Amino acid sequence: MIEDIDMSLVDWSRAQFALTAMYHWLFVPLTLGLSFIIAIMETIYVKTGDEFWKKTTKFWMTIFGINFAIGVATGIILEFEFGTNWSNYSWFVGDIFGAPLAIEGIMAFFMESTFIAVMFFGWNKVSKKFHLTSTWLTAIGANLSALWILVANAWMQNPVGMQFNPETARNEMINFWDILFSMTAVNKFLHTISSGFVLAALVVIGISAWYILKKRELLFAKRSMIIASTFGLLSCIYLIGSGDNASREIALNQPMKFASMEALYVGQSRAPLIAAGVFAFSKEEREFRERDFIFKFEIPGALSYMVHLSPDGFIPGIQDLINGNEEQGILSFSEKCERGAIAINTLKELKKTQGIDEEKYLEFKGKFYDQEWVDNYFKYFGYGYFKGEDPNKVIPGIPLAFYSFHIMVILGIFFLIVFVLVLYWGIKDKLENKKWFLWVSIFSIPLAYIASESGWVLSEMGRQPWVIQDILPTFAAVSNINTSTVQITFWLFALVFTALLIAELKIMFKQIKIGPKGGGS
Amino acid sequence: MLVSISHLFLQHYWWGIISLLASLLVFLLFVQGGQTLIYTLGKSDTERTMIVNSLGRKWEFTFTTLVTFGGALFASFPLFYATSFGGAYWVWMAILFCFIIQAVAYEFRSKPNNFLGKRTYEIFLFINGAFGTFLLGTVVATFFTGSQFSVNEYNLSRWETPYRGLEAVLNIQNLALGFSVFFLARVLGLLYIMNSIEDANILERSKKHLLYNAIPFLVLFLFFVIRLLFVEGFAIDPETKEVFMEPNKYLHNFLQMPLNTIIFLVGVILVLWGIGSTILKGTTKGIWYSGSGTILTIFSMFILVGFNNTSFYPSTFDLQSSLTIENASSSFYTLKAMLIVSFLVPFVVVYIWYAWKSISKIKITEAEMEKETHSY
Repeated sequence: MIEDIDMSLVDWSRAQFALTAMYHWLFVPLTLGLSFIIAIMETIYVKTGDEFWKKTTKFWMTIFGINFAIGVATGIILEFEFGTNWSNYSWFVGDIFGAPLAIEGIMAFFMESTFIAVMFFGWNKVSKKFHLTSTWLTAIGANLSALWILVANAWMQNPVGMQFNPETARNEMINFWDILFSMTAVNKFLHTISSGFVLAALVVIGISAWYILKKRELLFAKRSMIIASTFGLLSCIYLIGSGDNASREIALNQPMKFASMEALYVGQSRAPLIAAGVFAFSKEEREFRERDFIFKFEIPGALSYMVHLSPDGFIPGIQDLINGNEEQGILSFSEKCERGAIAINTLKELKKTQGIDEEKYLEFKGKFYDQEWVDNYFKYFGYGYFKGEDPNKVIPGIPLAFYSFHIMVILGIFFLIVFVLVLYWGIKDKLENKKWFLWVSIFSIPLAYIASESGWVLSEMGRQPWVIQDILPTFAAVSNINTSTVQITFWLFALVFTALLIAELKIMFKQIKIGPKGGGS
Repeated sequence: MLVSISHLFLQHYWWGIISLLASLLVFLLFVQGGQTLIYTLGKSDTERTMIVNSLGRKWEFTFTTLVTFGGALFASFPLFYATSFGGAYWVWMAILFCFIIQAVAYEFRSKPNNFLGKRTYEIFLFINGAFGTFLLGTVVATFFTGSQFSVNEYNLSRWETPYRGLEAVLNIQNLALGFSVFFLARVLGLLYIMNSIEDANILERSKKHLLYNAIPFLVLFLFFVIRLLFVEGFAIDPETKEVFMEPNKYLHNFLQMPLNTIIFLVGVILVLWGIGSTILKGTTKGIWYSGSGTILTIFSMFILVGFNNTSFYPSTFDLQSSLTIENASSSFYTLKAMLIVSFLVPFVVVYIWYAWKSISKIKITEAEMEKETHSY
């Protein structure tokens, strides 16, 4: 089906998508959360009529606008890159994946782009209430757009609600609600948007802390910090809770990703949770033999408890998932490859007999609609591509998965403490005296971005080598183009996005220096 | 009701939605057209700021429509998405680059410390306006003239030229439509600026340039349409589903779909009316006639190329690889689910209209630019 795949093409295509996605994710989370913070501030303005809140709202709106523009610029590329660089994927799953993208456009993008114009330009043209409604609708629109793209992404992690159609050689949607309300989609949406809320709250707190250190805009800064810390604290509690749910769901649907992010090589009951750790240097890559740690801090039984809510629950390790574990009913890598190859060959045979031998054709076709055959063979379709290959190819980069997961979790807990302290000292009006903490608040901004990007690294790199979990390997999804073509566009994107990032940061720093008294720009 | 509809009906319905989105997109390209005229119409910094701000309040509609157009194509005709985007890589990438630089240009243009300088962002707007419109028009023309690709039995596609879509500019028919869209966008941009800015100098210059742009638009568009009536088209045998070349296929489509032909003619007349009434009577409402005319004309052209057993994305390399609304579409279930979603479209149109009217009821003036706290 797929002939002569050039792995350098796959690597460059992945690099281009990763570059675009990571740049996009630098700008989006701030808009997700800041839009709600702005809406809360404007609500206070409309309720109290106090011009101070109007100025405050307008300042944060300016920061929002700068970010929004570049988020849009990077976002359009992502949508079209599914087609330009992953055209085989676009056909293989377009019947399912395309729908959320279209709904995103119709339902969310129009709402966002319509009301953002009123939000920025309607201050003197529409009533206060209509303006406030527009601000809230902009926030809802931004978050709705996140819903649909995250539903699409969740489906790549946990493909549900579909049926393979051998005639068209693609997966087709059979239940929209299964896709929309799968636990993966629900967790991913809630976890991702709450991470955006936390990041936005930390940005507001960090910038406000800078004003306090500079002894400027004190009232503005303190009030902004109290609103942001309240919003951030509630979001952070939710973030941690939804992260816990997401881990459980990953353990169930993506056991290899789960084992990799916890560096669990040998499956066990009473599996410990590595709360923190550093790997010893190793020249061997993707080796499923156990890695050494320079140090690690373990909590006995906690991993089993996290997944099964019981310390005795069994958690499969990387070696169980490669070698198989009969006792736990886990198939080996080679067995999955055998079964996947049978599914792929059945499709090939079906295509050979199409229009030639109707009886045979119907026999092959029937298999794809026989649930038992689907559960035993088609389920491992993607493994068929790995038959005879090194099993290390189905293990994601373990250090990357492990560190990205732990950085995200550790920083999440750190942010919770920051929010509690900001709120406590903010209410007691003691923030001005805590210079060290104001600096901590400022440095929390880059940490928020690191945590946020780490989440996506874990999600996407941890899923490798699959683009659709167990169904389609990433290398089989790529467009049939030259590597040099992708190299050129990769560097063009890198150049353009970096230039725009520099411009964005310079503009943002300038606006912060100008401050809210400038009345926006 | 939903139970009794057929897959074929849904394929036609979704091609209708795609046609509608395409027509709205071309109308909204007035933003791009206007961007190519910033220095032509604006002789002072204030005049240019007024023009940029009048266009800047609408740029997101064009952008969102383009994104939604892409998303709707992916959802309803994924084989087109896979074949065209993955194949005509350079053309689509060029279009995307044009739109990336537009998105930031408005927001960053007048901000202090903006790194690249005001003029650079204005050049970004010009590039977006000139190349974005031309390339989109050229790509759409390939729906009529064909491209060189093949699709195998697993529906995996391969582009059969190393130029990755850039070869489209070597076809005179494609060029004619590409430049038509470019000049149409400029005509619409001029009409929009005349309608939204209250400034005697800008109005006067716009009127003059309207004529300069309307003439090449009409010449090129008429060339494209008249030639289209006489060329062979990509027809589908409704029984065997085989694609074959049919002489005067698009003329036959005009004759066999009279309602669509009426829509086309009304659209063309409205476009001409908008231009004519502005030049001859001095009205500033020409955008509403030419704009609605553009929507009707483009809609009917998309129907022309997709309906009546016509291949909407033909392959000149292998006729049987040509894409049709039947072989390129999503499954019955997906199209049905999307049908329900499409019921939201009128609601979306109503709130866009309401919001648009609310912020556009007062024309942009020099005085407003001076006191506006958020300007581009």
